[in-house]
Amino acid sequence: MGNDFIQSLTEAVVNYEVEDAVSAAKRALEAGVDPVAAIEEGLAKGVRIVGDKFGAEEIFLPELMVAVEAMKQAMTILKPAINKSSRVEKSLGRVMIGTIEGDIHDIGKSMVGAMLTVAGFEVVDLGTDVSVERFIAKVKEVEPDIVGMSALMTTTMLRMKDVIEGLRKEGLREKVKVVIGGVPTSSEWAKEIGADGHGWNAMEAVKVAKRLLHQPEERS
Amino acid sequence: MPRFSHSKRPRLRLLSEEDIEKIHVGSMKLLEEIGVQMHNDRALKLLNDKGAEVDFKTRTVRVPQHLVKECLLKAPSTIRLYSRDGKHDRLLERERVTYNPGSSALFFLDSETGELRRPLSRDLARLVRLTDALEYIQAQSTSLVVSDVPEEVADRYRLFIVLKNSPKAVITGAFSIDGLHDMKKMLEIVAGGEKELARKPMAIFDTCPSAPLKWSEINSQNLIDCAKSRIPAEIIPMPQLGATGPVTLAGSLVQHNAEFLSGLVLAQLVNPGTPVIYGGSPTTFDMRHGTARLGAIETMMLGCSYSQVGKYYGLPTHMYLGLSDAKIVDTQCGLESGIAIVLGALAGINVISGPGMLNFENCQSLEKLVIDNTTCGMALRLIDGVRVDDETLAIDLMRKVGPGGVYLSEKHTLEWFRKEQFMPSALIDRKEWRTWKNEGSKSTLQRAKEHVAKILKEHQPEPLPDDIRRDLDAAAESILKSHKISA
Ligand code: B12
Repeated sequence: MGNDFIQSLTEAVVNYEVEDAVSAAKRALEAGVDPVAAIEEGLAKGVRIVGDKFGAEEIFLPELMVAVEAMKQAMTILKPAINKSSRVEKSLGRVMIGTIEGDIHDIGKSMVGAMLTVAGFEVVDLGTDVSVERFIAKVKEVEPDIVGMSALMTTTMLRMKDVIEGLRKEGLREKVKVVIGGVPTSSEWAKEIGADGHGWNAMEAVKVAKRLLHQPEERS
Repeated sequence: MPRFSHSKRPRLRLLSEEDIEKIHVGSMKLLEEIGVQMHNDRALKLLNDKGAEVDFKTRTVRVPQHLVKECLLKAPSTIRLYSRDGKHDRLLERERVTYNPGSSALFFLDSETGELRRPLSRDLARLVRLTDALEYIQAQSTSLVVSDVPEEVADRYRLFIVLKNSPKAVITGAFSIDGLHDMKKMLEIVAGGEKELARKPMAIFDTCPSAPLKWSEINSQNLIDCAKSRIPAEIIPMPQLGATGPVTLAGSLVQHNAEFLSGLVLAQLVNPGTPVIYGGSPTTFDMRHGTARLGAIETMMLGCSYSQVGKYYGLPTHMYLGLSDAKIVDTQCGLESGIAIVLGALAGINVISGPGMLNFENCQSLEKLVIDNTTCGMALRLIDGVRVDDETLAIDLMRKVGPGGVYLSEKHTLEWFRKEQFMPSALIDRKEWRTWKNEGSKSTLQRAKEHVAKILKEHQPEPLPDDIRRDLDAAAESILKSHKISA
């Protein structure tokens, strides 16, 4: 019984049907399906299938992004129900991501968020033009394992340093890993400002995130 | 007998008059019903005072059609861009084309090592001196973001290097509000004062709305400040099709046009009659790699299409063309750049920025620049067209030479061959096979390297007069000082 509901969640994601995913999530909850199973075996499975197809160059970014959107929307229905059940969600970790102050380049950052979601991370996206103060306040609130910062301009990438310094001042630096990315950044720049990692693209972002949280390179 | 489907010499037109009308109407509707967000209080107030519908909470401006139309009529359809020596002035109007290097590359392709690296001031100085020498790259641009000066002043420093190394006019842009003021000061020194600069603009400033339908504070303020000083502003919408604009070409043209028009209205309200160029740097978003593709055929089609809309409004036009997504100077690099350079010329786009650029719009290469220069020369020859008159029809000549004769030693050949044939530099290989082989079987890239080295060794740009140089150096120094940087 529960299996059918879970399968329809997977199908909605695999068929890129956002509305179907939402209604399948509602039906699953009404039928008493464990929300954690619905997420893990239903939605996440679908997104993984889509991710594999993307990796195999069978499908393109619009399909991937819509599948992730379907998962996100269905999650908003399923997540509140988890608190009541005793089991904890098994995500690879929580990543908070945003584009730095003064910079409104959104797309690369969002792709990184999508790929991390596909890989099994929980992603909190702060959007663009995120001030140093907001990054720090949000670290306190969201308690992420990783903070991801994106900068597409040589001028704005300087602010990344301020975030790291701010985290240090607030005594938060040891609690989170910091990963940076965006065209003008590099692993040298990451080292210079004291970040833990750098990624050239969304695939690398996933690898770096996994490595930093001591997780195996490949998910079995 | 004659059954012509067109009257004048044909040029490239991708849109019919009806298509243009539809795009225009669509943009008007967008501006009136949805509006644009403008993150600039002064702009919002001005637009509100002049009859636009402004929601100050959401910072949304809805512009009534009549206001757009009034403003369109105020913008000049001809811009004369002045050069310091008066020898390289450019008229931006009708079908005239001016090529300049692609701007603000973050990287430089070092020809000695073949590696991509951050650019240094001396790289930019070399690029500017090379451009100065290149016949078909008729204007300069602040083409590299150099890494050996602090980031806060990088925008000003680029212009400083250009002004010192070449008299050609510059297509530039600021990275901040203060940046534009400092850059204006430098230009005034070269032009001989504020009034002189307004009367004889020597630079165009690029300013970009943030697709979709948004203006950041910096960019809208840059536009306002240009308008105040009557510095030509190039408004550059840059939707990425499928990411920050509709994936359909027509839809993105509507959005592009609405973004442009919102900027035009702001500029004309600040200072009626201020020069504005209908520009753009749209890209197609690669659905596999998520890259912003400059070398895609659709990117080129967009430029050729919106420039038709710009011409419909009677405005000078601009587009980023002649760039390649390739990472090295190879076949992909040549074909993507070449196609775009030719299409842009055929479309009669007035300012074409892009030569020298590769790796999307992230990298400049001196070798690519000299190769593109040749393509630009070919494209300019192309739009010069086929001259048809008694002399070029050469009936008398054919009567004289007759069947089986030879034309090579005829005076007519001597008189006309330079006018009719484009002579490329030694960069283009036109030798027969054995000669080419005996000379070392050189590739285009090898020849380009030699060509670059030769020009840089031989070419002396027209130097700045001593007094101007002194003032410019002093201005640069005081800019550095105001940022607490020691020169
Ligand atoms: C599209 C674009 C815009 C759009 C952005 C729309 C949007 N909603 O995002 C708009 C029009 C708004 C825009 C505005 C401007 N832009 Co712009 N823009 C670009 C462009 C063409 C593409 C960027 C993009 O989306 N790429 C596609 C994505 C998928 O790639 P990506 O961002 O690099 O992300 C990948 C990786 O970098 C990495 N990554 C990214 N973030 C992160 C984070 C982490 C944690 C990790 C691990 C990895 C990672 O993974 C991503 C996926 O693979 C670039 C040129 C270029 N080719 O990069 C210029 C570019 C970045 N822009 C530039 C400039 C100058 C500007 C403006 C100042 C223009 C102006 N003069 O008005 C304004 C500034 C606005 C502001 N304050 O931010 C310059 C920067 C130069 C410099 N000095 O640094 C560039 C390089 C173009 C150029 N050569 O001039 N721009």
